[in-house]
Amino acid sequence: MDKPKMDKPKFVYVSYISTTPEKLWNALMDAEMTKDYWARHKNVSDWQVGSEWSHQDYDTGAKDIVGEVLESDPPRRLVLTWGHGKESQQAEEPSRVTFLVEPYGKDAVRLTVTHEELEPDSGMLKGITAGWPAVLSSLKTMLETGEAMPMTKRRRWDGPPE
Amino acid sequence: MNEAMDRVFKALADPSRRDLLDRLHANNGQTLGELCQGLDMTRQAVSKHLALLEEANLVVTVWRGREKLHYLNPVPINEIYERWIGKYERHRIRTLHDLKKTLEEDRDG
Repeated sequence: MDKPKMDKPKFVYVSYISTTPEKLWNALMDAEMTKDYWARHKNVSDWQVGSEWSHQDYDTGAKDIVGEVLESDPPRRLVLTWGHGKESQQAEEPSRVTFLVEPYGKDAVRLTVTHEELEPDSGMLKGITAGWPAVLSSLKTMLETGEAMPMTKRRRWDGPPE
Repeated sequence: MNEAMDRVFKALADPSRRDLLDRLHANNGQTLGELCQGLDMTRQAVSKHLALLEEANLVVTVWRGREKLHYLNPVPINEIYERWIGKYERHRIRTLHDLKKTLEEDRDG
């Protein structure tokens, strides 16, 4: 229990979604789609290996998370680094996020998100543990019903209640 | 969809399985051996509980070399939460939860 866990991923999330790998892949990269399930933040990049990607406030354009595309194998595997934007006061080493898209049965997809190399007790760690489950269930709802969940579509994480 | 939710509720309806989820919540990415430590259950029983949790997608396993690591996957719980707790209730429930926590800490301290 108390041995060090240096090389272990910190979080692994899985969601089963009734969709196709291509549609899911597109939903991960389409800025207008990401803003609906990611609390009015859009993910922006040309998604080529070596390019920058950023998680931007849809209204102000502030880059809250910035990283690099490390791997891209459409529509199967996407690996990104995940760090604070330049404006941030926090100086943590970037963490790493892997999206794995696998067909599941005839008409579903298994999406696995692994977020690793996170700094213990960091603000990022706190943010992502609250964020990923909400983002992934809203992504699932959006792909299955055509509309993301209200909480991520119209509201920001820390925004006032409507 | 409903079958998946049935499996989640079935998996959560057992105190030992909830205890295993608590242990992963406190320390994510454990082996079966680590999860068995300090538990009043046989390895086989823990393994069975973990299989049920995995079927319900509440636990995800990742192989790291020869070690099978178990991770808590809260995504299905978030789906349940979203189904019954709307955006309006969220703040009030949070406030009540905070009040309950404060009062209980007070009493314990």
